[in-house]
Amino acid sequence: MSKRIETGNTACALAVLAAGIDYMAAYPITPQTTLSEKIANFAATGEFTGKYVLVESEHSAMSAVAAASAVGARTFTATSSQGLLHMHEILHYASGGRLPVVMANINRAVLAPWCLYADHQDSISQRDTGWLQLFCSNHQEIYDSVFLAYKVAEKVDIPVMISYDGFLLSHSLLPFETVDDSVIKQYLPDRDPAWRLHPDIGGNFSNVAMAAEYSAYRHRLADDTLKSLQIFRDSIKEYENLTGRKQPDLIEASGTENANVYLLSMGSMASEMELVATELTKQGINASALKLRLYRPFPSDELVNILPDGSTLIVLDRNIAYGHPGGVLYMEARSALYESDKKIRVLGGSVGLGGVDLTVSVLLNEVNRLLEVAKA
Amino acid sequence: MSEKMKENILESSVNPMVGLPHAEISKHKEHDGTEVAALSSKLAEMPEYEMVHKGTGACAGCPSPMGLRIVGKVLGPNSVVVMTPSCTVASTGMMPKSCFKIPVLNCAFASAAATATGITGAYDALIEKGAISGPKPTVFTWIGDGGTYDIGFQGLSAAAERNDDFIFFCYNNEAYGNTGMQRSGATPRHAITTTTPGGKTENKKNLPILMLEHQCAYVATASVSYPQDLFRKVAKAKDIKGFRYIEVHSPCGPGWKIPWSETIDMGKRAVKTGAWALWEAENGNLTINAPTLQIAQGKVKPASLEEYIELQGRFNLVTRSPDKDKIIADMKDGIEKDLKRLLMRL
Ligand SMILES: Cc1ncc(C[n+]2csc(CCOP(=O)(O)OP(=O)(O)O)c2C)c(N)n1
Ligand code: SF4
Ligand SMILES: [Mg+2]
Repeated sequence: MSKRIETGNTACALAVLAAGIDYMAAYPITPQTTLSEKIANFAATGEFTGKYVLVESEHSAMSAVAAASAVGARTFTATSSQGLLHMHEILHYASGGRLPVVMANINRAVLAPWCLYADHQDSISQRDTGWLQLFCSNHQEIYDSVFLAYKVAEKVDIPVMISYDGFLLSHSLLPFETVDDSVIKQYLPDRDPAWRLHPDIGGNFSNVAMAAEYSAYRHRLADDTLKSLQIFRDSIKEYENLTGRKQPDLIEASGTENANVYLLSMGSMASEMELVATELTKQGINASALKLRLYRPFPSDELVNILPDGSTLIVLDRNIAYGHPGGVLYMEARSALYESDKKIRVLGGSVGLGGVDLTVSVLLNEVNRLLEVAKA
Repeated sequence: MSEKMKENILESSVNPMVGLPHAEISKHKEHDGTEVAALSSKLAEMPEYEMVHKGTGACAGCPSPMGLRIVGKVLGPNSVVVMTPSCTVASTGMMPKSCFKIPVLNCAFASAAATATGITGAYDALIEKGAISGPKPTVFTWIGDGGTYDIGFQGLSAAAERNDDFIFFCYNNEAYGNTGMQRSGATPRHAITTTTPGGKTENKKNLPILMLEHQCAYVATASVSYPQDLFRKVAKAKDIKGFRYIEVHSPCGPGWKIPWSETIDMGKRAVKTGAWALWEAENGNLTINAPTLQIAQGKVKPASLEEYIELQGRFNLVTRSPDKDKIIADMKDGIEKDLKRLLMRL
């Protein structure tokens, strides 16, 4: 175990290398580029011994890693923004095909107009592709999430996307602790696929299905996606036991215990929200920040359990759920709480779009505005 | 193979690994006297191995299983194939059935080449690591002209540039068959399709030449009507490492509006009129094959283009046009120019 200070993209690249991937394909796009360049460097120096293919588009990158995954390889790709949107068709293919690809998406705003900075519209637009989605709020989470992603993906045969904010995390220098390769090997042994594309084995992968088979596959994917929640929880515990390092929960609460105001968000904003909660508490409002680590499947039970009856939940999103007030987390939170007997006031807003700087004071203003709305 | 995987193997799809005898070089005479160098001169001498089960859902006389049977005789059971939505996939048989004895990976329409890139690269990585034991399966695609000329061209071009180790087969029936016969970049000018009811107004792309210009390991044109030539070309491709492209001209009854019994005859006419050229190139070095070379050099008179056009219902607007003679003269002119340009590449 050693402490390092690197960019978020380098933290991710180091973890991908340690995860022992067999196959990688990627295409440059800001702010992802320095990540795939870093792995290209590992390939050039011989540190990465698998296959690295420089494809001509993200559509091809996802097609290639999905196919390599069907052969049984542990695969990786990374992208941002338009690249992720360009992959959309093949995201469905990878999940429908139960191919445990892992991808990093470095969050960036989407066209039109062009904008290079942090925004979650790219990832959340892939919500219903059947991918499991992790969000990170600092470099340690980026590094650790890579191993967690492979662990869960290969257990449930569902692909996992790890998202973190462009520039704010991808290009900033922050400290994090690495884990020894021997520990990673123990946590993440070589992939042992249940099936692979090979003449010894046969099969016709993804052939035309009739409605009955098709709907059975879809329902199975939906069920397994929900079941993966417990596998995430168990896999986090296993990682904690092996590394001896505490991991954030699927929803990590910080700040005042028994607060009556809760601030839910994901990505780098969630780190800032811890400071906002402290500030609010200083002002006499007992507040706690809730950092969402797993967006898909949504950890509804965790949210319901954390929130005390009668509390207020403020949800801030770096995205917009068009046609619904606020962003997607606001929708998710309201949906999760609907079945609960607890009476909880939920308010939401979309902030930080296109990388608008989310300082503590900006966030505090928005939270106070929503608290005023709650009072009214 | 892990225990877990063994449990997952379907009885019906297990393939015994059978080695294939190497075909011998011989000369083959076409019935009109043209001589074609062929590795196996008679269909009967080709390996018995059948890659396609009997009774596919394809139309009677369909060129796709015909071509695949020849390809299968060369590549044998240690191979895997990538398919995109097409007539071939639509006629495979519904899940969990499959008319192919080798594993098939169906992928998205634009993804043929990148998918094969992923497969071949993963085999390399996993064989080197010892996770899979060799010999490496032959990776190939069997893709329609739509998945090759149009939506799949970007990925195809990139895989050729990278010299990825697989064979890209395009079976070219000159339209989108699966979706009901719309025009493609391979549809010839004047042909009626469901989206060009007044006849296509543009010329087809010369995709094989575009592939030739990629200077990749091996590029060849072939035809289902010349199975020995196809067999020889596949055999040549099989022994080459890197990116290989083979386009198989594939007359199609419903698309060309010809009787289902005429697939082979129409393919021969395409070659003998010069409308389809047979050639091959290793690392960009071109060889024009006998029937095409003889026409291009003026040693053999091309077969009647009028007949070729009149026999195909898709050219009915030409056949019935008052300007028929002029249109056919223009077509002939186009063919001659194409062949001249091909000769200049020698
Ligand atoms: C992205 C996408 N666009 C359109 C389609 C619809 N589609 C399926 S097959 C096909 C045409 C196939 O034509 P070709 O590749 O020439 O094969 P053929 O059917 O002629 O054998 C089309 C347009 C699709 N499946 N995916
Ligand atoms: S339409 Fe043509 S290519 Fe399609 S199955 Fe029928 S004969 Fe074959
Ligand atoms: Mg076609």
